[in-house]
Parts: sequence; structure tokens; C-alpha cells
Amino acid sequence: MRYVVRRLGFFALTLWVALTLNFFIPRFMPGNPLDALRARTHDRLSPAALEQMLTSYGFKPHQNIFVQYLEYLRNMFTGHWGISIGATLGEPVSTIVWQALPWTLGLVGVTTVLAFLLGSLIGVVAAWRRGGRLDSVLPPVFVVTSALPYFWVGLMLILVFSVWTHGWLPSDFNYDPDLLPEFSLGFIENVLKHAVLPAATILIASIGAWILTMRNNMITTLAEDYVRMGRAKGLSNSRIMTDYAARNAMLPNLSGFAMSLGFVITGSILVEYVFNYPGLGYQLYNAVQNTDYPLMQALFMLFTVAVLVALLVCDFAIAWLDPRVRATGSR
Amino acid sequence: MTGLLVDTSGRAVTRRRGSGLTAAIRRSRKAQVGLVILLVFCIVAVVPGLFTSVRHPNALQFTPRLGPSGEHWLGTTSLGQDIWAQLVYGTRQSLVIAVVAGLFATVLSVLVGVTAAYLGGLPDDVLSMITSVFLVIPTFPLIIIFATYAGKSTLIVVLIVLVVTGWSYGANQMRAQMLSLRNREFLESARVRGERRTYIIFAEALPTMTSLIVAIFLGAALYSLLTAAGLQFIGLGDPDSSSWGTMLYWSESQSALQTGMPLWSIAPGLCVALLGVSFALINYAFDEISNPALRPVRRRHVKRARDRNT
Repeated sequence: MRYVVRRLGFFALTLWVALTLNFFIPRFMPGNPLDALRARTHDRLSPAALEQMLTSYGFKPHQNIFVQYLEYLRNMFTGHWGISIGATLGEPVSTIVWQALPWTLGLVGVTTVLAFLLGSLIGVVAAWRRGGRLDSVLPPVFVVTSALPYFWVGLMLILVFSVWTHGWLPSDFNYDPDLLPEFSLGFIENVLKHAVLPAATILIASIGAWILTMRNNMITTLAEDYVRMGRAKGLSNSRIMTDYAARNAMLPNLSGFAMSLGFVITGSILVEYVFNYPGLGYQLYNAVQNTDYPLMQALFMLFTVAVLVALLVCDFAIAWLDPRVRATGSR
Repeated sequence: MTGLLVDTSGRAVTRRRGSGLTAAIRRSRKAQVGLVILLVFCIVAVVPGLFTSVRHPNALQFTPRLGPSGEHWLGTTSLGQDIWAQLVYGTRQSLVIAVVAGLFATVLSVLVGVTAAYLGGLPDDVLSMITSVFLVIPTFPLIIIFATYAGKSTLIVVLIVLVVTGWSYGANQMRAQMLSLRNREFLESARVRGERRTYIIFAEALPTMTSLIVAIFLGAALYSLLTAAGLQFIGLGDPDSSSWGTMLYWSESQSALQTGMPLWSIAPGLCVALLGVSFALINYAFDEISNPALRPVRRRHVKRARDRNT
């Protein structure tokens, strides 16, 4: 119980720091949104109208900064994220976000978890067959793939599977623009087809790290006395591999997974950008291009929340796998 | 404290500094390959003039859209620049960003990690809390937002941002390693001898962690390289500078892939990847050096081990 409270406390603290950074960075950086907005609208709007637009997303230069800060925090938590001032002028930020969220969760979320599970599995098998053919080929290959930039892998896949094959696989958007979203076989097939290349990109660029760390953890664990003990007791190989070794080797990998999620998000933003995939990362890029501050703020908060939720899930998975964590409340 | 843990078991302490490392590098094929790649890039970065006769790689001085030829090894861009020359001159900035940002991030990691572990108590709680917060906050969106507000990002802005966001992972590792060292006998005896705290940390404890520090540096350098390339790629770098990321930005904005100039995209990305691979290879070799269990197994040993097991 103490463990849970502690983790939730950390969750709240991190979220608060992120939100605070998010609030203060724009206000302490050179240049202000008013000027940016004036430049964007080519001085065609009256200063009063501009000011009103800024007020609509909580930028009130004449108000006490502390009052502004509290109001900003309240708005962030209650979902009053303001109105977009970018390309989609006037649309509520929450609408844009809810439209983009499912695509990112479906593409990035599913692929990341898949890459992690698949990578861990391959790592376990490679370590188990230490010195086998798989084990001598895999490490150098995945050292290389884990150092590749996500966006470049995406570009290369587009080149090979879309440009050179004359559009064999689509290289942008989430589905063909002439289709209407509906729950039909044809539409789902189209969506999946559009997801193949971006998903493959994330998989290729991220799986190497999981394989390597899992393999290394597994090798260290296999040398432990309790594994030898299991062998001496005459347990089956599969039981030793999964229950004795993999279960323990998984623990550092899980926390590693939680810690590198930020890196995965980085890669995914770039992947969505390369493939024009209308998820959160693509929206962030758009927001940046159009100096759409309200949208940027909401998106950054969502990214932080996403990482924190994933972190909590990992924590509880670790607590479930490792009785020591449950007993002492910390590691 | 944080529940975020790092596997430090693999990074055992190297006994002797220097001699052990060089000998181990000589034994490891991976480290050699990594070092050779790194060395080649270093030479290109220092004397780019040796590798191309073009002196102003960004000037629009050639016929656009030429294919590869003896004149232009990788062809020319749709703007009329020599791709090979851009590649050669771009090496310097990309390498400098990786190395400088990696170096400063490592210094920060070591300072924070060691201080936290050595002092313990409240300072440790505060420092590890800060470290974990920085670990978790998604840095790239933050960098994007930061870079947008900072306007056209100069090299300095990019470097500062990379250091600020890149130190936390290493600090966490340093802290864990230092904690496990704190009560070892050789540090205990230094304390009993009445040595100063700074002496103990810098002369006794840190040298035993050389391999970990090198690994942290390589990780931070890789992070900086990839992040900077990503930033420049989406147009948040200085579009007039010479770097691989900037090349990728221009090739993307000119749709190089779709208009039959794939080399413009392939070449700079390949260079980023190669430099990244060299960092990763050296890092991996360091893992094998500090943890002999990870070294490649020779066939003979495998057979013997199998016989023993059955």
C-alpha cells in the first residue's frame, strides 16, 4: 500500500513539474505570442482582437502571473484546453486531440508494446541458446539497428516499398482520402495497409534495444545458483527458462522499458511526421509550424501523462512479478 | 527511492585503469570496428578540404539534379549543390554536437549521481527526485517547444537543450554504482586514513568507474546525435548550417525521394547511422569488457558446456 501511495506521489510531482515547465517556458523565452500572432495574421487584425484571442487560451499579460498559473493548472485538469490558433483556427483543442489520439494509440502504442514483447522473447531465446547460430548473428545486427534514426528508417522503407515499387504500400496518411470512415472490411484493410510502413519503422528501430538488454540480463541470470538448483532438481528446460530465468531477467528490462518511453515518443513524433500520419506527434509538428500555443500545451501535457501511465503500468507489472518489491515497498 | 532501477550488475569495476582497457579493446573486434569508423569521421571533420575540391558546399553553383558521376560522386541536389561535398562538410557539426553535448551531459551525470550517492540522506532524496523527473518527462516535445520559442536555433541553443535533457539517464546509473561502492573496504580505509571527501571521490572512487563513465558518455553522445538530427530534420535547426540533419531537412522539403534523387536522403542518414553505430559498437564492447559472461562464446566452449549440462 505504501508503495502505491509513493508511486502515485511521484506521478503527481512529475506531472506538476511538466505542467509548470510548460507554463513558464513560453513566458520566459524571448518573443511573445502577441508578436507571433501579429506576424501570422499579417497585421490584419486589430490589437484588441489579437489580445482577445490570446486571452481565450489563458495568456493575459496584464494579470498577476501567479493567478494566471493557477488558472492554467485548473484549465489543464478540467479539459479546458482553449481554442486552436493555428491552421485549424477556432477549433477547440480538445476536438483536435481526441481526433488524433486513437491513431497514435493504435499505431505507436500497439507497435511499441509489440516490439517490447517480441524483443524480450527473442532475447530470452538467444540467451538460452548461448553460442548458437541465432546468438552469434543477432547481437551485432541489433547493435546496428538500435543506433538507426527512426525517421531515416521510415524514409528508406518509403523508398523501397512505395517509391521503387510504384505505390505498392501507401507512404502517407492513415487511410485513403477518398474513403469515408466506416466499419467495413474494406476500410479496415485500408487503414491496416497504411499502418504497415510506419509500424515497421518503429518496430525495426526499437526492437534491437529490447533484444540486447534482455539477452544480457538473461545471460547474467542463467549463471545464478537458483538456476543450477532448478537443473539439479531435474525441472524441465522450459520451466527453468520461463519461470526461473526469464521472470527475473525481465525485471530490469521492464524498468528499462519505462525509462526509454520518452525516446520512443521522440521517434514516433518523427515517424508520424515522415508518414503524414495524423496522430498526436503530427499535430505537435503542425502546432509548432503554426505557433499554435494552446495546442502545443495540451499535447505536451498528454505526452507526459502517457509516459506516466505507462510507467505506472510497468511499476505494477514489476510488483506483480517480484514479491520483494511488494514486501519492502521499494527497491 | 524511485523505483526506477538500472542494471548495474553488468558493469563490474575494472581493476586497473588504462592498461586493462586498451588490452580489452585490442581483443574486441566490435570495439575496433567502432573506433575505426569514429576515427575516419574525426579526420573528415578536422580536414574536410582533403576529401573534396568544393569549398562552399551550400552555394548553388552546379547544374541541379545530376546523377552520380566522376565529377559529382553522389550527384547534385535539386538546388545545385554537390551532395558529397555537403556530406563531407556536414560531418564536423554533427560530430561536434554529439561529442560536446555528450561530454557535458556526462559531467553533469557524474556530478549529480556521485554527489547524491555519497552524501545520502536529504540531498540524495532531492537529487534523485530531480533525476527521475527529468528521466520521465518526454524531452523531445519539450525540446521542440523550447526550440520554437527560442526562434532559429543556433548551435549553442541546440547544445544546451541536449545537455539539459540528456544527463538524467547517466546520473541514475552513476548513483546506483556509487551506492554499491560506498561501503567497500578501500573507501572505508581512505576515510579512516582521514582523507578529504573530494580526494576520496575523485582519486579513489571515480577511477574504478571508468568503464561506466565511458559507457554513459557513449550513450549520451548517441542520444545527442540522433536527437539533433531529428530536430534539424523537421526544420528546427539552422537551415543555412552544414550538417547531416540539415541535409535531410532540405532533401525532405524538396521531396528528394519522390523526384528520383534518393541519394540525397540516403547518404546523410547513412552517415548519422554509421556514427551512431560506431558509438553503439564501442559501448557494446565495453559491456563485454566489464562483464565477461557476455563475450561471444567460442564453439569449443559451447560444446564442452553442453556436455556438462546433459
